Formats: sequence, structure tokens, C-alpha cells
Amino acid sequence: MSAQSPAGGQLARFNVSPARRRKDRIARTLILAATILALIPLVLIVYYLLHKGLGSWSPSFFTTDPTGNTFFGGSNIGGIKSAILGTIEIVALASVIAVPIGVGVAVWLVEYGRASWFANIVRFFVDVLTGVPSIIFGLFIYIVLIVGTGSSYAGYKGSLALSLLMLPVVIRSAEVILLLIPGALRESALALGAPRWRVIFSIVLPTALPGMVTGVLLAIARAAGETAPLLFTAASTHNTNFNLGQFMNSLPVQIYNDVTSPTTAVVNRAWGAALTLVVMILLLNLIARLIARRSRLA
Amino acid sequence: MSTDGTSVRTADMEPDDLLEPGQARAPVPPPARFQASATAAVPAAPVKPGLSVRLEGLRAFYGEAEQVKGVDLEFRANEVTAIIGPSGCGKSTMVRCINRMHEEIPGARAEGRVLLDDLDVYAQSVDVVAVRRAIGMVFQKPNPFPTMTIFDNVASGLRLSARGRGDLHPQVEAALRGAGLWDEVKDRLGEPGAGLSGGQQQRLCIARSLAVDPEVILMDEPCSALDPIATLKIEELIAELKRSVTIVIVTHNMQQAARVADRTAFMLDGKLVEVGATQEIFTTPTDPRTEEYVTGKFG
Repeated sequence: MSAQSPAGGQLARFNVSPARRRKDRIARTLILAATILALIPLVLIVYYLLHKGLGSWSPSFFTTDPTGNTFFGGSNIGGIKSAILGTIEIVALASVIAVPIGVGVAVWLVEYGRASWFANIVRFFVDVLTGVPSIIFGLFIYIVLIVGTGSSYAGYKGSLALSLLMLPVVIRSAEVILLLIPGALRESALALGAPRWRVIFSIVLPTALPGMVTGVLLAIARAAGETAPLLFTAASTHNTNFNLGQFMNSLPVQIYNDVTSPTTAVVNRAWGAALTLVVMILLLNLIARLIARRSRLA
Repeated sequence: MSTDGTSVRTADMEPDDLLEPGQARAPVPPPARFQASATAAVPAAPVKPGLSVRLEGLRAFYGEAEQVKGVDLEFRANEVTAIIGPSGCGKSTMVRCINRMHEEIPGARAEGRVLLDDLDVYAQSVDVVAVRRAIGMVFQKPNPFPTMTIFDNVASGLRLSARGRGDLHPQVEAALRGAGLWDEVKDRLGEPGAGLSGGQQQRLCIARSLAVDPEVILMDEPCSALDPIATLKIEELIAELKRSVTIVIVTHNMQQAARVADRTAFMLDGKLVEVGATQEIFTTPTDPRTEEYVTGKFG
């Protein structure tokens, strides 16, 4: 570099002034420090999860239900099978409810509602829903479907609470993707003599698919980690259950219950369950990223 | 798909809606027609009659802004009519009114009449979808459907309008030959259409509109995104295509209008200034504004 031999005379104005070099160095240091500061809790979380969680992982940890035998020695406390399967079942039903409705709303907003006053009201309420704390969705289902009907907790009620939570996320992410689709694509399909609904189903949605799948997977990942909406809708139970009309265990709720136990082995089971949950969500995120990379948009 | 070019629209529209009784065209097998036009060196007599388009008092608005301010203009069957004029003069808007694409823009509307042969495409009883099947369109930027293969792109018009049942290979080959693209892509029909070069993509888009067997093709600056060689290919193609369709081409490029068009219309500020044989417009225009524009004094 020619920096060692600063130009003199007429070219001196091209030299970086020492004051600016100093400011640059300070700014760089501050930004780096902020980044490291933000990374500390992330690294600690991952460290503790692995440190405490891996210890309780074993083949039987994933293949047995929790026993509820928590006070005597802890030699036979069981695993988290019912919680894993319960989470998968509850979240699967929640997705089946939220994804078609959410994509439908997004298609309506982008293709039909556009900038009409009703579409803007819908967008406003979707934004409001995004900011609602998750426990409120649980409370809503609790009031309407449990207190309101005088019935008991059930897996599907947990699914409904989670689907309410997912809905705004799905709508917003799908809307953003649909807006990315060039208008020229719709125009050329319309100009070929295709009815609007065919343009949507044959051109717009297939083009948007990879992006939408990404948004949906992120919504699923968010819902899978929620505890509050499940506490008083699906409750918890020990046994593996394939009937969504019954009480149903789930990973977040089991973690919540286990971590308050006085028995060390049960607390360790909570760490193992937490690590399992994080790994599941991480996998979903990875899949979402892989699909996003294959997207032909963006 | 029916092969005679007249009954393809019967599912949604009686042929009489588009044609005078007794004016039904003689059946022509389309593969032969496209093959012939792809190999013939000199343009010959029309292989299949296109339809004329007549604008009567056409006005087009975006909200309150009037972009096309009362245009009367005829596009003769099986001729190439070029529309020239400075940016923003309403060329594209006017052309988009012909196949009723203008109304797809929120807040946009059109007044006046657009007669396809003798059918007013804005009449209450007319199905807009049928109008767009009869009047194809090629856009400024090549825009093949990104999720589809070359084959599927060409077949898309047939499939999207629910006429694409069974083996579409003959129609796809005919359309690709018609667009002068067959020899370049016949061995890779299964590859994505987006993988072709810009000029090939534009010819793919032309093939896509040819596949639905239109009578008129509107081209909105089809070469503005292409290099000179690709442009030349499209221009040669236009000369071939007019044997089977009526062509309306919007262009910024006056040399292009001079090369491809039988007749040229000059627009200014939403109004038609002059229309006539291309030769006349460029050499002996009657309106001084036309002369100033074609000699490069403004625009």
C-alpha cells in the first residue's frame, strides 16, 4: 500500500486525516463490542443446554413416558416420549388450521383486497394480533371453550390457541412473499386469457411456494416453543396420547412442570426436554433456510 | 384444442360473437401454417386471416388522469402497425385497452369502443377472457413463468384456459416453430424457461401467445430489453407472423418502425397525430409535428 509514503503537495488532500482514522477505529471497536455482548447470552444458553441437557439424553429418554414418580430416588422418572409426540400432534393440528386460512387471507389481501379500506382494516388487525401476548390466546380459548362450554382440557383446544398465535405470522409472511411476485407475471398470464383464479393457482402460488413454506415453517417453529397457550388448554398428562380430544402432554409444558420439581433428576429431565425442543426448532429453521435458498424470487 | 382457429373459443363464446355470420374462416391446420411460415424465406399471402381492430373515440384514464384522449384508429388485418411517439404519450396505455388489460390496474378505466372485426370488446355480454385469447400480448421485458419448463411455458396458455387436455406436444412444437425457437430448444424442452437468453426468452413469450392461436398480437416495446442481434430475430419473426395474425407494435425505436411496419401511427400527448403507410410517415408526413418527431427534433 502507498499509505506509508503519504503524497505531498497537491495530492495531500487525498490523505486520510489522523482524526478520521481515530474515529473510525473507535466506531469499529464499539460495534464489535456490541456484537460480542449480544453473543454472550446466546453462547451461554447453548452451553448450558448442551452441558445440562445432554446428560439426561439416552435412548430410553426418548422412548418412555414420564412416570410421575418424582419423590423417590428418581431412578424411575421416565422420559419425554409423550411430550415430544404431544407437541408434534398439537402443532400439526394447529398448522392444518392456521396455514390454509392464513394463506387464503394473504391471497385475498394481495390479489383482491389490495388497498381497499377493508383490506387495510384486516392488515391493521393482523398487526394487532401479531403483538398480542401468547398467554392471551390461551386465555381466550380457556374462556370460550373450557369455561364457556363447561368441558375439560383437550389437545385440540391447545391446537386452536396455537393456530390463533400462528395465524398473523402466516398471513404477514405469505403477504410479503406474494407482493414480491412481479406484476408482469400476473399480467402475462391474464393476457393469455387465463381467469384470475387460475392465474393465482397456476402461476402466483407455485412461484411463491418456497417463500411461503419458509414463512410457515418459521410460524410452526414459533408455535412449537410456546408454553402459555397450552397450560390451561391442553394441560398436561404423563401418557402418550393420540386422541386430540384428551389431555395432552407437550414439551414446553413438561419443561415448565419439571423445572419446579425439588428432585434433581426431574430438573435434569427438564434440561433434556429443553435441548430436545431447541434441536427440533433448529431443524425446522434449517429446513426453512434450505427451502428459502432454493426460492426463485429474491 | 380444435385446429381450425375459429372454434377454439366456443367453450366460452359463440363464434358469432367474434365473427359476422357467414364470415367464418376456412379451416387451416395450425402446425402446417406455423411450419410454413417458419421456413418460408419471403413473406407470402396470408396463411390464416387475422382480424382487424378499430378504435373509436377511445379514452383511457388512471383515476382522474386522462392518458388517452379520444383516439380513432384502425389496425388492418394481417398488417403490422407500429405506434410511435415520445415517452408518456399513451402508446402503451392505448394498446393495453385493446385486450382489456388496462382495466387490471386499480383505478384504471376506458371509454369509447374497441372493435375486434365487428365485435365491441367492451360490450356487456363479452367475456374478457375470450377477448384476451383472441388478442395475445407480448410485453416489454421477457417474462417466462419462472416455475415452468420451456415446454410448460408454451403450453401454459392452453392449460390456463382449460383447453390443454391430453398431449400438447403438437401445439407446443407448432408454436415454437412459429416463434423461430424450435431448433434452438427442441432438445431441452424440459429445462426451465428462465434459463434461456433474453432474446430466446422473448421468443418463448411470443410462442406462448401463439400457442393459444390468437388473431391479433399486441407487442409493447418487445425489443427494448434485447441486444441488436436478438432484436433482428424478433423483427424477422414479426414479418413472418403477420401472415397469420394482425400485429400492433409499440416502439420507441423509429428505425424499428420503419423496418417492420406496414403502417405507422404517431401519437402525442394522448392523441393520434397522424397515421399512414410507414413510408409516408417517415418521408412525407402531413403534420409538422410528425416531421419534427421522425427527424429527431424532439422526443
